[in-house]
Amino acid sequence: MKNMARYRRRKRGNAIFLTLSTFSALFGLAWLAVILAALFYRGLVDLTPATFTEMTPPPGVPGGLLNAIVGSLIMNGLAVAAGTPLGLLAGTYLAEYGRYTRLSFFVRFVNDILLSAPSIVTGLFVYEIIVVRMQSFSAIAGAASLMVIVVPVVVRTTENMLLLVPNGLREAAAALGAPRSAIIKAVTWRAARAGILTGVLLAIARISGETAPLLFTALNNQFWSTNLYQPMANLPVVIFQFAMSPYEGWHELAWAGALLTTVAVLGLSVVARILESSKRN
Amino acid sequence: MRFRMLTWLASVGVLAIFAGVLVSLGVGALPAIKAFGIPFLYTEVWNPVTAQFGALASIYGTLVTSLIAMLIAVPIGIGIAIFLTEICPRPLRRPIGIAIELLAGIPSIIYGIWGLFVFAPWFQSGLQPWLIDLFSDVPVLQDYLGGAPYGIGVFTAALILSIMVLPFISAVTRDVFETVPPTLKEAAYALGCTTSEVVWRVTLPFARTGVVGGAMLALGRALGETMAVTFVIGNAHHIQTSLFAPGTTISATIANEFTEAVGPLYLSSLIEMGLILFFITFVVLAAAQLMLGALERRAGGVSS
Repeated sequence: MKNMARYRRRKRGNAIFLTLSTFSALFGLAWLAVILAALFYRGLVDLTPATFTEMTPPPGVPGGLLNAIVGSLIMNGLAVAAGTPLGLLAGTYLAEYGRYTRLSFFVRFVNDILLSAPSIVTGLFVYEIIVVRMQSFSAIAGAASLMVIVVPVVVRTTENMLLLVPNGLREAAAALGAPRSAIIKAVTWRAARAGILTGVLLAIARISGETAPLLFTALNNQFWSTNLYQPMANLPVVIFQFAMSPYEGWHELAWAGALLTTVAVLGLSVVARILESSKRN
Repeated sequence: MRFRMLTWLASVGVLAIFAGVLVSLGVGALPAIKAFGIPFLYTEVWNPVTAQFGALASIYGTLVTSLIAMLIAVPIGIGIAIFLTEICPRPLRRPIGIAIELLAGIPSIIYGIWGLFVFAPWFQSGLQPWLIDLFSDVPVLQDYLGGAPYGIGVFTAALILSIMVLPFISAVTRDVFETVPPTLKEAAYALGCTTSEVVWRVTLPFARTGVVGGAMLALGRALGETMAVTFVIGNAHHIQTSLFAPGTTISATIANEFTEAVGPLYLSSLIEMGLILFFITFVVLAAAQLMLGALERRAGGVSS
């Protein structure tokens, strides 16, 4: 009898445990659903053709987000264009030339810290070295602060993907007499192409929603501007300023911008994931 | 040879960025460090008019919001990992895993705007009055969970933070769980253990370091999270007992006040706070690195 009671208690404990685990998964999924639902519910209403064709308006006037969208594209483009080569080369050093060196050990450690470091700190860093020097907020500074976020992501994925390339490929190329640099450029980079692209996509996804580092680098601009030496409008900061304002019209634009940003970011990460898994299988 | 130099230079460049962050923040913070010294860390006064600055309220807010977020997110994150490795039907594991990881993909500003316009009003009219009522006669707790229902405040910020860091914990924990040798678990099952006993006595002890490492990684994220917190914490430079009262964090203070800061000492104080934040997150993330060091690192996104 005593044994039966104990048996039942263990079974009950197990059932409670499994139920709690299932509930925690539901908890996580529920938040995702609730957030996305709110985003689409509010954002879709406010997303009109004018959103893509008109500039950010003063309070009380209808308008769009054109200058912010273009500004974000310009700065993201610059950040990726500058950050990708640097990250690619550094990742290549870690995986190829310096796989076991002491330097690589430090670079990996520091890179992984930068990967998770608060983005607002990179904003302060770029403010100190660019904005203060140029004595003006500028698109260049905004792009630079985003670049600081791009580099670690690309370094991490490049290294990981190059490490997946079988050594047999490298040895085969070496046996043909190819120098190390040619092996890397013609063989290992090619073999890891999809993986490296995944890293770049993840980096773009990451910076597309970054707001904190842009607050005091690119600042914002209510008007159309493609001057890289001037403050430039960008979606995240516009969302922030409009959402924090007391004007209903601005709130609506903020929701439209939020929906655009989320769709872009989640779309990119899903594409990156598909690329990654097609590479693995 | 030239290509090799190029890759070497690029990897030194990564170190240079890190050193640059430290040095530039250090230089920027120098005036404030000279003016206020060590008491900056434990002074609550934040008065731009008299140029008296202390970081205590912000540091307190950063630590408290992150702590509460971890208290909520760690058990639930581990629960999700257990669900994904032990309970979930195999074909559903990947989709559900990806869905949870999407939570980490949503930009922090989206959490912010959602928190401000959707969650805070709901919390204010629904859950919060009920909580205040529930704890109104309980000693100690009535101080921490009392006061007026503002909707926004320290507790709201912590709650949103916990949702944001959840996927970091669950992804790392799941990965570590999968490194547990199946024979160990099968042996326990063969002895008649229930699933919960296997998890408690085999999986968790085996994966302990990795789980703690994942939690530290999440903590590092929570400490530095800016936009989501800025939207909902209320930006008040006072330390109040009630968690429902508005407060501030280091990152929220910087985000809110930096472009409006006039006077070199004001700016410098904000930069010194950035330096403090960088230092705290460095320690936490470095600890996470060391604990996760042995585990295979995953690509760019969530768990690396």
